[in-house]
Amino acid sequence: MVRIDFNRLRFLVIDDNAHMRRILRTLLHGFGTREVYEAEDGAAGLEAFTHYSPDIVITDWAMPIFDGMELTQMIRQPGANNNPYVPIIMLTGHSEKKRVIAARDAGVTEFLAKPISAKGLYQRVLNVVANPRPFIRTRSYFGPDRRRNTNPNYAGPERRKGGKAEVIKQQPLLEKARTLA
Amino acid sequence: MSEKRANLAAVSTFADHEVIVPPNKLKKAVEKVKPGAKIDFDPVARAEAALAELADDFSIWMEQECVRLDAARNAIKASGITPGNRDVLFRAAHDIKGQAATFGFPMVAPVADSLCRLIEHTPDAPRLPLPLVDQHVDAIRAITHRNTRGDSNANAARLAEKLRQVTDEFLVHENRDRPDTLESILSPSLAPTT
Repeated sequence: MVRIDFNRLRFLVIDDNAHMRRILRTLLHGFGTREVYEAEDGAAGLEAFTHYSPDIVITDWAMPIFDGMELTQMIRQPGANNNPYVPIIMLTGHSEKKRVIAARDAGVTEFLAKPISAKGLYQRVLNVVANPRPFIRTRSYFGPDRRRNTNPNYAGPERRKGGKAEVIKQQPLLEKARTLA
Repeated sequence: MSEKRANLAAVSTFADHEVIVPPNKLKKAVEKVKPGAKIDFDPVARAEAALAELADDFSIWMEQECVRLDAARNAIKASGITPGNRDVLFRAAHDIKGQAATFGFPMVAPVADSLCRLIEHTPDAPRLPLPLVDQHVDAIRAITHRNTRGDSNANAARLAEKLRQVTDEFLVHENRDRPDTLESILSPSLAPTT
């Protein structure tokens, strides 16, 4: 069993809604975090990411200037910043399957559908800290390994040629989006 | 030298992909707890308690969100719909959808969700039915105010259901030639319900 020392983690919260930023800051301080930086849109978020080098990014999806998806794609540019591997938790009111898939394919590490709960947020942070997944780079993708499980009944072709990554078994993102924790 | 190596990602290269194990910078925050060890700090409970201390402000915040939504609706009625003011209306509705339950107004969220669907899935902006937008905005305001006064949720649930039904009928008709959009409209929401 592990516990997280939140006092050793720095968060960047990006949300255009001041009420939601206040709620997130309150929850994170409640967990024990001291350093919580905030930004109110994707552009300011990218600037804050570069400036503060946070350990974990929590971002909304729908925001002005550029949104959480575009922000994720910018962060997941190898060589473009100091930490393209930073865990990104997408916290959003979007709750459709295609949105979860799109977030996963953009390189989001965890997905949390609103309404937010302390337990749901804690579980996402615990997962990115205690169970980090390897990154995969292909011609069309750079981000956390999207394979969260191995299916012994899978009968199709192996799409990764030449070798396999170790699969860090986790609940599929779609299933996690359906539950609070 | 060893510190330098610890900061490098381990890369395994295969035919069409690379597997990268980045340096685990967050390891510093992981503490192993022995089985049976006494834990005197429950971070979730403490965060919930901290959030509860904000609860006195939630009604005010909800009212502010409603005012914002109302202003977005009025801007469209005053000057006609544009991509910009449609986006402002969507984000106002979307924020209410995501926050209403946290603020103690869970019955508002389904109506805001229906409004988001209406805005998002109406294929041509000028086709957005403003009377139906009005009904959603007015319902959100009414349920918010009745919620504050502690009225029953049954009427709110019926109203939300009816608005969702009318919205879905409209969207299915408008997107009858767009199978991908139709699938998206008809697929269930992933929003947590517990």
